[in-house]
Amino acid sequence: MMVKLVTIDAKGMHYTPLNQQVRRAVEDGADEVVVQNVLGQRFIGDGLKGDATIHVYGVPGGDLAMFMSGPTVIVHGNAEHAPGNTMDAGKVVIHGSAGDAVAHSMRGGKVFIRGNIGYRGGIHMKQYEAQRPILVVGGSAQTFLGEYMAGGLLIVLDLDGAMKARGIGSGIHGGEIIIRGDVDDACLAAGAKKVPLTDEDRRRIAPVIREFAGDFGLDPEPLVNADYTRIVPASARPFAGKYTWE
Amino acid sequence: MCGIFGVMDKRRQMMDGSGIRQALSIMNERGSGEGAGYAAYGIYPDYRDCYALHVFLDNACESKKVVDATLEQWGAIEHDEAIPTYDQPNLRAPCTPWRYFFRPDPSLAPGSATPEKDVITNLVMQINRASNGAEVFSSGKNVGVFKAGGGGAWPEAVADYYRIEDYEGYIWLAHNRYAASNPELWERPDPFNLHDWSVVENGKITTYGTNRRYVESFGYTCSNFTDSEVITYLIDLLVRRHGLDINLAIRALAPPYWEDIDQMPKTEQDLNRALRFAYGSATMNGPFTIVAANPDMMVGFTDRGKLRPMVVGECGDCLYISSEEAAIRAMEPNVESIMMPAAGEPVIGRVAP
Repeated sequence: MMVKLVTIDAKGMHYTPLNQQVRRAVEDGADEVVVQNVLGQRFIGDGLKGDATIHVYGVPGGDLAMFMSGPTVIVHGNAEHAPGNTMDAGKVVIHGSAGDAVAHSMRGGKVFIRGNIGYRGGIHMKQYEAQRPILVVGGSAQTFLGEYMAGGLLIVLDLDGAMKARGIGSGIHGGEIIIRGDVDDACLAAGAKKVPLTDEDRRRIAPVIREFAGDFGLDPEPLVNADYTRIVPASARPFAGKYTWE
Repeated sequence: MCGIFGVMDKRRQMMDGSGIRQALSIMNERGSGEGAGYAAYGIYPDYRDCYALHVFLDNACESKKVVDATLEQWGAIEHDEAIPTYDQPNLRAPCTPWRYFFRPDPSLAPGSATPEKDVITNLVMQINRASNGAEVFSSGKNVGVFKAGGGGAWPEAVADYYRIEDYEGYIWLAHNRYAASNPELWERPDPFNLHDWSVVENGKITTYGTNRRYVESFGYTCSNFTDSEVITYLIDLLVRRHGLDINLAIRALAPPYWEDIDQMPKTEQDLNRALRFAYGSATMNGPFTIVAANPDMMVGFTDRGKLRPMVVGECGDCLYISSEEAAIRAMEPNVESIMMPAAGEPVIGRVAP
């Protein structure tokens, strides 16, 4: 079967007509949508369903793939704030870096970022039964990583050794944060605790790391076998005594 | 929300205003069309030794007489004229923008290390406090602010109202306002300027009351009720009057958390503790990104919790600071490096001497 490809030139276009064109292409049965000359247009792929692949060339604006349920969005460039915001299913692959609040409130699917992310990566990711979102960052993450995290899997590979995150897992009460290398206790926020990565944990994350390495042309095995720090909630109610007294 | 942008050419090569208009326009989604503005350094070479006073006049008769009389008390008016403007379909202009090129009399601020700037500070406070239908909204040498508020004041409309492409500067700041609180007046949107310093802010200073009482105790009068007004006066106070290096001034305004200070080597701990004790009332809390400029530098910094974005780009002699990367690429598609500095890591670009 022929792949149905639609190309859109976004140069100088406002995000409303651009997103209408993307949506129409997917509704008309496009398997691949290539969007050229993207510059700051927000909300690309938002609420989109199906299994199409959207290639974005340029720097898209904030809230890329918000509420998206199914498609794959591949960004050949950097992204702004909150790609994968409240995403439901599907995949976002970003070949550059992204801004603050990446994967904000994400509830399913995968967000893979080759470069760095800003502050509050994975803030309030959540999970429910089979819905388990995955965020993997190739480079470094900034402070408040996994803030208020309620579920899902967050992996930071720190490939450039530039990790500066402090206050990791501030208010975490579900899910797990797995960071390559050691993490100083002083970088953990109240409510988060370090535990050893078990062989079972490693078996669980290995397919995710292999998929990430495959998407970005990295050698997977050294990453699969590396040392990791696993960070989990210290309790289900980290701020139980902070705002209320019993 | 708000969108802010700053660009500086380190070798004072001139840029006209069309580039920053394009950059700010890319971030229209960050504003609500109720205020925008631009500031530029180097635009008045013919009057480089005069202070350029930009004034909003309710009318060119009664309101102007008050300004003329005040200026004549404090120095000499070299030249004055209406700022050229061009009607825009959706922008309602309730006042007349006017400019004076003014020489303050330094003998009226005896004992001051910077008498001309003290005179300018005093007369700006005097005119703006009096509410006589005149508001001075920029007052520096070879610098000018162009701004407008109210419905329809999108970045492009404001740029076209003043035709900012007709001005050439080596530092430009821009601000696109997302109205969140006060009713909009023409003097309210950023940039805010007091002689050397211009400020654009994206955010909301929750310590506004404390900071305002602090600067007012040093003789500044806040009549605009905006964050950027207080920030501008804080920077002027710390840098010009207290003689702090810009690095230390920013550290006083957005200091490290106590627990971070505890981790520092002893001498740095002592310095940071002393700064926090001395300038506790100048410390700004709440979400913000600030870009400030004076004739020799442009600086950008964020709140300590990094609740607002700041992207920095470099290309050749140009330094860019922006709320979004796309705005930098709109002005310079070949930008060579893009960074997102951490909270507490100010970006300071200096113009070559």
